[in-house]
Amino acid sequence: MSIPKHPRFAMRGIRKTFGATIALDNVDFAVSAGKIHALIGENGAGKSTLMKVLSGALQPDAGEMTVDGSPFAPANPLQARQQGVAMIYQELSLAPHLTVAENVLLGMEITRRGLLQKSDMHALVQNALTELDHADIDPHVRVSSLTIAERQIVEIARALSVQCRVLVLDEPTSSLTRADVNRLFRVIQRLKARNLAIVYISHFLEEIKEIADRFTVLRDGKKAGSGLVAQTPISDIVHLMVGRKIDDFFPRSNRTPGEPLLNLKDLAGDPVPHSASLVLHRGEVLGIGGLIGAGRTELLRAIFGLDPICKGNITFAHNTGRATPAQRLAQGMGLLSEDRKDEGLAQSMSLADNLTLSRLPRGIISPKKLRASARQWISRLDIRTSGPAQFIADLSGGNQQKVALARLLHHDVDCLLLDEPTRGIDIASKADIYHLIDQLATQGKAILLVSSYLPELLGICDRIAVMYRGRLGPARPVDKCSEHSLMLEATGQEAAL
Amino acid sequence: MNHLSRFAPLLGLFAVYGLFAILGPDSFSSGRNLETIARQTAIVGTAALGMTLVIIAGGIDLSVGSIIALTTVTIAASLQAGLSPLTAALIGILTGALCGFVNGLIITRFRVVPFIVTLGTLLLLRGIAKGLAGEQKIDAPLTYLIDLLAALPRGAWWIFPPGVWLLIILALLTGGFLAYTRPGKHIVAIGSNENTARLCGIRVEATKLLVYALAGTSAGIAGLLQFSRLTVGDPTVAVGLELDVIAAVVIGGGSLSGGEGSVLGSVVGALIMTVIRSGCSQMGLPNWVQEIVTGIIIVVAVAVDRLRHR
Repeated sequence: MSIPKHPRFAMRGIRKTFGATIALDNVDFAVSAGKIHALIGENGAGKSTLMKVLSGALQPDAGEMTVDGSPFAPANPLQARQQGVAMIYQELSLAPHLTVAENVLLGMEITRRGLLQKSDMHALVQNALTELDHADIDPHVRVSSLTIAERQIVEIARALSVQCRVLVLDEPTSSLTRADVNRLFRVIQRLKARNLAIVYISHFLEEIKEIADRFTVLRDGKKAGSGLVAQTPISDIVHLMVGRKIDDFFPRSNRTPGEPLLNLKDLAGDPVPHSASLVLHRGEVLGIGGLIGAGRTELLRAIFGLDPICKGNITFAHNTGRATPAQRLAQGMGLLSEDRKDEGLAQSMSLADNLTLSRLPRGIISPKKLRASARQWISRLDIRTSGPAQFIADLSGGNQQKVALARLLHHDVDCLLLDEPTRGIDIASKADIYHLIDQLATQGKAILLVSSYLPELLGICDRIAVMYRGRLGPARPVDKCSEHSLMLEATGQEAAL
Repeated sequence: MNHLSRFAPLLGLFAVYGLFAILGPDSFSSGRNLETIARQTAIVGTAALGMTLVIIAGGIDLSVGSIIALTTVTIAASLQAGLSPLTAALIGILTGALCGFVNGLIITRFRVVPFIVTLGTLLLLRGIAKGLAGEQKIDAPLTYLIDLLAALPRGAWWIFPPGVWLLIILALLTGGFLAYTRPGKHIVAIGSNENTARLCGIRVEATKLLVYALAGTSAGIAGLLQFSRLTVGDPTVAVGLELDVIAAVVIGGGSLSGGEGSVLGSVVGALIMTVIRSGCSQMGLPNWVQEIVTGIIIVVAVAVDRLRHR
C-alpha cells in the first residue's frame, strides 16, 4: 500500500474574527484517509466556528484548506458537499414528512421523462442502508416514524450518496442510548474501512478513547494540543481542555450515612415508574442509572409531587403520603430539573429572582436583600456573572446550572433530587458541581442523583440502583458496580444480578 | 441598555406629544388640554392595570369591555334602587371582581386557554348586561359619582379630577405589588416559565385565579369611571375597548408570551393613544387617520422591542 502524499483533508493557519473577538487563531488540523480524528473542546472553544469554516458556512479571514492536496475554498455548504465534505449535524436536518428514500435522494431524484422512478430509488437506498448495516430501515416509511439513531443513519446515507470523502460528525451520540452508540460505532468503523476521512466531534472523552485514532483539542480558539488517542490518558486530554490541572475529578470524601430520610415502597406513577423501592439516608449520595425513558425523571417528579402517585408508600422526614411541591419544599426537599431551559429556570428573569423564587419573604420584599443573598451564592459557588441582576438567558449552561443548584441551597433543603445535574455543561463547572455534591453529602444532606453518565455515577455515588422499564432495581454499594454491570442491568439483561 | 428599554415607552410619549405640540394648534399644549388628556386616559388606563398583570402572567382577558358595560348597569340600577353612591360604587367594583373570578375559575379548573374563555365571557357578560338593563340605558339619579371624571372648575387646586388621582394611586399600588411582594414575583415567574414556577412550589392555579380576579376588579373600577362619564348605565358602552387596553399594555412593553410588562409602561401606553387621538382631532384630522396612526404605533412599538431583544 502506497502512502499518499497529502492527507485527505487539511487546514493550515485558519483564522477567523468576529469584530474584536478572535474565534479561531492560527488553527492547523489534518485528517488522513481511513482515519478518525476527534475534535475536542469546551463550548465556546471554537469548535462550531471551525466546523462552519469547514462546511463553507463561514469563510476564514486567513489560512487555507485542501482536500487530497487540491485547494478547497467552498463559498457555501452546497459547494463543500459537491467537493466531498459532508456534515452530520447535532440537530438532524431531515424532512420528517418525506420518506427515507426521498430524504436520501433529495435534490438527486431519479426521473424518467419527468416522472420519479420510485422503485429504482428505493432499491438504491436499500442498498446504501444495507451497506451501513441497517437493512432493517425501510426506505418507504416516513422519517418521522424513525428513532433518532435511525435518522442519523439516514443522514449518513445521504452524505454517502454524494461521494463524500470527508465526513464530519457533530456530537453524534448525544441523544443515543448505549446500544445505539455501539451500532453507530460499527457503522463508523465500516466507513473508516471504506477509506473515508472522519472528523468526530464530541465531549464524551470515553467515546473518543473508544473510536478515534488521533485527537486535537481547541481552547479559546487556539489549538491547545493534539496527539494519538491510544497514547494519551484521559486526564491529560482534560488538562488540555481546561488549561489547568483538575485534581480528583470525582471527589468522594469518607462519610458515614446517617438516619434514613426518604423511604419509598413499591411506588408507582402514571404511566411510569411501575415500582420503585429505596431508602435514602442523610449523608449519602444514591445514584439512579438506566436508559433514557426508563422512568427515572418521572420517579423524581412523583417523589417531589409534580407527577401523580398511583400506588405505594412514600415517607419523607416523618411525613407519610403524597404532597405538593410547595409542601415538599417546606418539608425540606428540592428538585433540580433535567431541563434547565423549559423547566429549571425562568430564562427571562434575573439571576437574583430565579435564585430566591422558591423562598421569597412574606410582606414587602426588599430587592436589595434579594440581591445581597444572591451575591453570597454567586461567590460561594463561583458563578461567573456580571451580577445578580443579569438575566439567566445570558449565562453559560454551567453557570445556569449553578444558579438552579443555588436555589435549592438557598432554600436550605435537606434532600436534593438531582436530575442529570451535569448534562451539557462545561467540564470546569462539572468538576465544581461534583465537589459541591460531595461537600453537601458530607454535611449530612441526602442526595438522590439521576444520571445517564456512568463514570459520574461510579465516581461520586455511594450506592447505585438501576431503573429498567419503570422498575427500580436494588441499590448496591458502588464498589460492587462497574460500567459493565450497570449497562447489563440498564438493558434488562441481568435484572437479577 | 436595560434602563433604555424600560424608559422607551416614556420617550415615545414625549416624542408623540412633542410632535403634536409643534405641528398642532397652540391649544394642544395648553394645561387645560393636558388635563383633558389625563381624564380621557383614566378608563383605559385603569383597566390596563389589571390587564398588565394578566399579560405578565402569560394570559389574556378579552372580556374587559363587557365587564365595564355590566358594571355601569349595576351601578345605575343600584342608585335607582335608592342605595347610597358609595354602596353602588362598591357593588359595581364587586361585579367586576366577580366576573374576573369566574374567568379565572374556568381557566384554572377546566384548563381552557384564556383567549377562548374570555372570548366566551365577552359575549356572555354583554348579554347579561343587556338583559339586566332591558336593552336600554338605565337612568340614575345624579350623585357625586358623576364628578369623578368631570372637568375641574377653573382655579381648582387639585390639578386632576378624583378619577385621575384614583388611577395614579392604583398604578403605584399595582406597580409596588408586582415588584415588592411575593404574589407579585410569583405572577412574573408564572408568565416567564410556568414549569419553573411549579418546580419552585408556587401555587400556580391559585395565583392565576388571583390575577384574573384582580383584572376583573380593575375593569370594575374602570366601569365606575365609565359610569361617571356617562351618568347613566349603558349596556352597549365600551364595545371593543379591551383591544385598546391590550394595545396600551403592549405599547408599554408587555409581551403576549408572558413574563414581561410594566405598570408604568401600560399607563404610558394608554396616554400615548389618548395623545394621538387628541392631537389628531385638534389638528382637524379625520377619525380614520387616528386609527391608522395608532395602528402604526402599536406595530412599530412591538417591532422595535423585538429588535432590541436580539
